[in-house]
Amino acid sequence: MNKNDLLVEVKNLRKFFPVRTHFLSREKLFVQAVNNVSLTIKRGETLGLVGESGCGKSTLGRLILRLEEPTAGEIYFEGENILQFNAERLRQMRRQMQIIFQDPYSSLNPRKTVGSIIGEPLVIHKIGTKKEQEERVRHLMEVVGLRPEHINRYPHEFSGGQRQRIGIARALALNPKLIIADEPVSALDVSIQAQVLNLLEDLQNEFHLTYLFIAHDLSVVEHISDRVAVMHLGRIAELAKSTDLYSNPKHPYTQALLSANPIPDPTLARKRVILQGEVPSPINPPAGCNFHTRCPQRFEPCDKAIPELKEIEPDHWVACYLYS
Amino acid sequence: MAQENSFLLKIRNLHTYFFTDEGVAKAVDGVDLELEEKGTLGLVGESGCGKSVTALSIMRLIPDPPGKIVQGEVIFGGVNLLSLTEGEMRKVRGRSISMIFQEPMTSLNPVFQIGDQISEVLRLHEGLSKKEAWNRSIEMLRMVGIPSPERRVAEYPHQLSGGMRQRAMIAMALACRPKLMIADEPTTALDVTIQAQILELINRLQKETGMSVILITHNLGVIAETAQKVAVMYAGRIVEYAPVRPLFVAPRHPYTQGLLKSIPRLDEGHARKQRLEAIPGLVPSLLDLPPGCKFSNRCKYVMDKCQAEPPLKEIDPGHFVRCWLYE
Repeated sequence: MNKNDLLVEVKNLRKFFPVRTHFLSREKLFVQAVNNVSLTIKRGETLGLVGESGCGKSTLGRLILRLEEPTAGEIYFEGENILQFNAERLRQMRRQMQIIFQDPYSSLNPRKTVGSIIGEPLVIHKIGTKKEQEERVRHLMEVVGLRPEHINRYPHEFSGGQRQRIGIARALALNPKLIIADEPVSALDVSIQAQVLNLLEDLQNEFHLTYLFIAHDLSVVEHISDRVAVMHLGRIAELAKSTDLYSNPKHPYTQALLSANPIPDPTLARKRVILQGEVPSPINPPAGCNFHTRCPQRFEPCDKAIPELKEIEPDHWVACYLYS
Repeated sequence: MAQENSFLLKIRNLHTYFFTDEGVAKAVDGVDLELEEKGTLGLVGESGCGKSVTALSIMRLIPDPPGKIVQGEVIFGGVNLLSLTEGEMRKVRGRSISMIFQEPMTSLNPVFQIGDQISEVLRLHEGLSKKEAWNRSIEMLRMVGIPSPERRVAEYPHQLSGGMRQRAMIAMALACRPKLMIADEPTTALDVTIQAQILELINRLQKETGMSVILITHNLGVIAETAQKVAVMYAGRIVEYAPVRPLFVAPRHPYTQGLLKSIPRLDEGHARKQRLEAIPGLVPSLLDLPPGCKFSNRCKYVMDKCQAEPPLKEIDPGHFVRCWLYE
């Protein structure tokens, strides 16, 4: 593959958060939020990242933006290792990558008007005159389906779906190359989710955006993504083209996730794999494959060593001993 | 129509309003529902459609003020719950009708052991001694699939995971073998693999105990896999009410059709990468509803007649729709 097709490349990324179990305890424990993750995001694609709560998917997104400093590993954006950037280079760099958050209620400052929220990135990066900035904001509002005449309103005057549009407009303000969307529709009502998903697709086509789309809802991720990575306790369990992953899941965890996802069709008779037990704690994850405690297909090697992420079919990567 | 006495619960013309400074929010505005013995009714809709307020009205847990049940009847086992005194109602709650909520952490008391909280129900309603109630609590925890219940019974809510807490809530709700359990978004806060476990548990317990269930959720997939009958609510009204199969296979109300088309689906045969058909417009505010049909301002089939409110009409046996398209 041409190196130029890669927008982001992540190599052996780790992020451990220290935790203290007891205020007198001397023992140092770590939440292994992201543990040895390598992946690439191609220019113009949507990479979906799914997993259950605590699997490290949001942390991975924040690491790529350098909102968190990794414990180890490398992150390349357009071929440059962004972990070596100084503060000024990083600030320049951030124009290229933006984030949309899950909760449109807590991610917008209630004391600022919509115009100043969307325009803030322009002010920070000193782009254009005041007048040009306002024009840009009005244009952005139109692009995301808000009425430009509402530019002086406050966030509380908008519904959840409209607020998410404000967040999207803000992310678009600097013409970024990469947008990290962290659960962008999970706080929205069903009928509004579809509107926002359609908007994200339209914007991708119009502005040639690359998305890292983080969500726990498998059907949403399948719908919007070209490729999907399934995370389990800080590691990637499976990574494949969206169509392959859903028609031919390999990892027992992916299979269980897909089968647990309720489908709105009562005529469908499905055989379900219902996992027994709890999601293990990321503080002290199980040895070997960290899914082996819940895996219905575990066998001898699973609790001994960590399985490697291997390409078992073209573009289909799995970390599981069943395929080695 | 089935015989009168085969219904466990009948709601007639229920109106629950909230009197706020900005005006009267008609959260439930004329709801009729019936639930058979051993049946599962799914109540589905978006935020503010009145599904939770309907449930709280059955339990008479509407905060008053600002809320008030202004009209209607809730007949449970032949008795109108709305005519009971607060003391009589307290004997119904937790004993004949119990309820579980979305967020088990906020509905469990953090400073009491799980066993104490389950025991409280048993001692209050069944007059068991402390020891008997504690032992029954262990039994209940075992029934809902909590491993090593003898140990867990003495733990505090924060020591349990989200899925375990929801199991403990269910154990508490079922302690007195209620005839009806109302589950308000019981799996919304849980991960999808844990959600599957809890839904399976509710299905199994329903078969074992013969209770009826009202399942409230916004997730159409959960409804399709759990309920026998479904009521779709919009702006305080039921817009479609049908057995689960016809509702999903041949939905009639434009809102139900729109909801089903707007969700991305995983099952095969469904065209991939197709654009979703979104319902235009916003989820309505209860303080600012259109006249006539409340869905008319988002409906693609809107016509002059929609200026007037359509009645809920039976168009196929057991299939009710509130829409002028089926006149």
